[in-house]
Amino acid sequence: MTHYILQNYWWLIISILGALLVFLLFVQGGQSMLIHAKTDGQRSMMVNSLGRKWEFTFTTLVTFGGAFFASFPLFYSTSFGGAYWLWMFILFSFVIQAVAYEYRSKHGNIYGSKFYDTLLLINGIVGPVLLGVAVAGMFFGNEFTVTKANILNVQSATISQWGSAHGLEAIVCWKNLIFGFMVFFLARTLASLYFINNIDDEEVRKAQRKHLLINAPIFVVLFLVSLVLICTAQGVQVDDNGNMATAPNKYLHNYLEMWWCLALLLIGVGMVLYGIGKTLLKPDYNHGIWFSGIGTVTVVLTLFWVLGFNGTAYYPSTIDVNSSLNLRNSSSSLFTLRVMSYVSILVPFVLAYIAVAWHKMDHNKITQHEIDTTDPDDKY
Amino acid sequence: MNELMNVVDWSRAQFALTAIYHWLFVPLTLGLGVIIAIMETIYYRTRDQKWLATTRFWMTIFGVNFAIGVATGIILEFEFGTNWSNYSWFVGDIFGAPLAVEGILAFFMESTFIAIMFFGWKKVSPKFHLAATWLTAIGASLSALWILVANAWMQDPVGCQFNPETMRNEMTSFWEVATSPMAMSKFFHTVLSAWVLAGAFVVGVCSWMMMRKRNVEHCHRSLKVGGWVGLIGIVLTIVTGDSSAVTVAKSQPMKLAAMEGLYEGHNAQEIVAFGILNPAKTVDNNEDPFLLNISIPYGLSFLATHNIDAFVPGINDIINGISKDEKGNIINTVSYEERIKRGKLAQEAIAQHHAATQSNDAVALDEISKVLDENFKYFGYGYLDSPQEAVPNVPLTFYTFHFMVTIGGYLLLFMALVLFFEYKKKLNDKAKWNKWWHWLAILTIPLTYLCSASGWIVAEVGRQPWTIQDLMPNKVAISDLSAGYVQTTFWIFAVVFTALLIADVSIICKQIAKKSKTDLNVAEF
Repeated sequence: MTHYILQNYWWLIISILGALLVFLLFVQGGQSMLIHAKTDGQRSMMVNSLGRKWEFTFTTLVTFGGAFFASFPLFYSTSFGGAYWLWMFILFSFVIQAVAYEYRSKHGNIYGSKFYDTLLLINGIVGPVLLGVAVAGMFFGNEFTVTKANILNVQSATISQWGSAHGLEAIVCWKNLIFGFMVFFLARTLASLYFINNIDDEEVRKAQRKHLLINAPIFVVLFLVSLVLICTAQGVQVDDNGNMATAPNKYLHNYLEMWWCLALLLIGVGMVLYGIGKTLLKPDYNHGIWFSGIGTVTVVLTLFWVLGFNGTAYYPSTIDVNSSLNLRNSSSSLFTLRVMSYVSILVPFVLAYIAVAWHKMDHNKITQHEIDTTDPDDKY
Repeated sequence: MNELMNVVDWSRAQFALTAIYHWLFVPLTLGLGVIIAIMETIYYRTRDQKWLATTRFWMTIFGVNFAIGVATGIILEFEFGTNWSNYSWFVGDIFGAPLAVEGILAFFMESTFIAIMFFGWKKVSPKFHLAATWLTAIGASLSALWILVANAWMQDPVGCQFNPETMRNEMTSFWEVATSPMAMSKFFHTVLSAWVLAGAFVVGVCSWMMMRKRNVEHCHRSLKVGGWVGLIGIVLTIVTGDSSAVTVAKSQPMKLAAMEGLYEGHNAQEIVAFGILNPAKTVDNNEDPFLLNISIPYGLSFLATHNIDAFVPGINDIINGISKDEKGNIINTVSYEERIKRGKLAQEAIAQHHAATQSNDAVALDEISKVLDENFKYFGYGYLDSPQEAVPNVPLTFYTFHFMVTIGGYLLLFMALVLFFEYKKKLNDKAKWNKWWHWLAILTIPLTYLCSASGWIVAEVGRQPWTIQDLMPNKVAISDLSAGYVQTTFWIFAVVFTALLIADVSIICKQIAKKSKTDLNVAEF
């Protein structure tokens, strides 16, 4: 396979991981909703429902980072070292999440359950919003330059230079924030659908339908605004020789030129809305998470595709267009991408055993009775 | 330059802080995972509820410890990008691949099956549950394999070639990277040492319970498994430590010299069994390196080369480019002054490469390629201001190495005695020395942790100033950040990690105390 094909292939893998990550952010959305639980019993069911899934979100995030590092190391180098505060806040929020589940109900946890629930709340809000901000920066651009020859200059050896705010400016950018809050409300919407599916308790299901009625419309509005902002944003076009130039409405053109991408976007949006709508309209319908979840994955896939395919720089620089990162100038070598592609053959196998494990664990839904009769050390 | 050095120092401090905290939790996860899997296997084969109760006791502690290991691990991965961005580009083509493989193969295995291990007792069959427990343990070890392959590559960069077009190193052989002697030694030495730590942990906890006469039968069951895992672990750790020394002698002779406080090397070089370094000694003076030392003849030559007459170079020999054959005849190698010159030549050649490519000057490109081929292995030295800059912190490397070796020897004896006492049934209420033995076992837990941390300090401090051996010093590997930014995140992480460590230790102690009062011959769900 040629370098060109492998670069596209690895962008596809990154897209899949990114799309799965956005879907799995329902865990964070659920954490942000724990404060709405009316009783300790409800909160316990919700925490335990999420607690059996948090590792998937966490692992997908880690693998997403690892895959980006391996396949497009210049992005890793430029974005992580540049938008330092943005990524540090994201990391910090995920560090506190990991321990919060395990410690919150354990005897001797020193700081008390409420402290750990607060950590879950922080991760539940900060995680989706800032991950959304980070992805929005890929559409709307950031202020950075890349000069590889700097590495020969010991006095100023850093090849990727960024503005002095180092990511803080991305966090306060209104376009990024709209995208970030769109992800946040999507996570909350998916969380409600997940709870309705995973917890066999009438009170919880009733309460979650009410939350869905609030969160879903906010998400839909923010999604439409984000889509308009993306379609009207200035992107960076890359020609066959690797020359880059700014291009108005680049992402809109990408959707129009890649008709299958536009079709999938519409199908994905339709599935998300179908899952939400049917859950709201039919009180005994509990499977909305699967429609909306698959729809979410589909929509996010198309967003990544218009971001990186069709001669597009996926990480535009707003101060030096030639520093923008695209699939050709930021990828690993042909040899490395080829080696990793052999490893990626195992991905379906990994997905298969995750599906089996998920099915076995979720076959019986969580009930109040199960929580009450489970050994305290076996629950969160 | 001062500002630059501050950023380097804070970036190093932050990475060291994260790595040290991470390594407080990971070895227990690695070793206890195997111990739990063995215990559950015994339960599966015998269907004896006592073994199930024992398995579940240790599984609770495993779970508490696992979470914080995961939390600190994610920081390490992302810090390569946030704080070491130049490094990420310069070697991302090689270093990133093991990380990606780790994520795809190991992390998902761990995260999928640990959920079944903890919450699947009533949801899946005993056979499936046992498989999940083993797969969690294997997933943890696989995860260690790939990150240690990546670390080993930084210590001995093999299987790659510099590409002047892209200004980075590119992989030429994944097999060479994944199976280098450094990677294999590091993986087995590290993972097996984790077995020892977990074995010592189990023995120490059981000793505490036996002192209080709680669940003695459960303790004997645990001691047998923990003792065997610990003994096998320490024997193999020592064996792999030997192969580690040989690879270090070949790839990082400066580190080996620092480990031994050796400034002037000799044939049939002795090894320091015990020593106190002379603080006044530097590479620039003729002070005696030691205030006091007791040495074993031929020891270092044998350890480093398996030949008792071989020459082992000291720090000054390496700087001056001097080696000797078996008869003691001097062989000149490349001095550090020369390496710095040749490193600068390589850098100049790379700088000229771009212009020659633009003008399509084939003759110039040929000439540049020749210069680069001859000098690239000293590329990193071109960044150094003086040969002395390439000398690591000798006292820290020396003392941690000798502490590690001493405690390693003690652990061999300790684990052998644990099993001897256990099988000879010497640990009973009548033995007068019981109490002292139990206290010794409890104190062995922190000693083992210190021993384990010392090993990492030797490995990482001993290779300074290199982020990638001979190719990239720390000061070139960092991100374009202010010292204040990194200092701020350093203190945030220091406070958070310390608070979480306190909670972790508190929960583990309370869990042990609480569960030790229940009947651990009966499994409860």
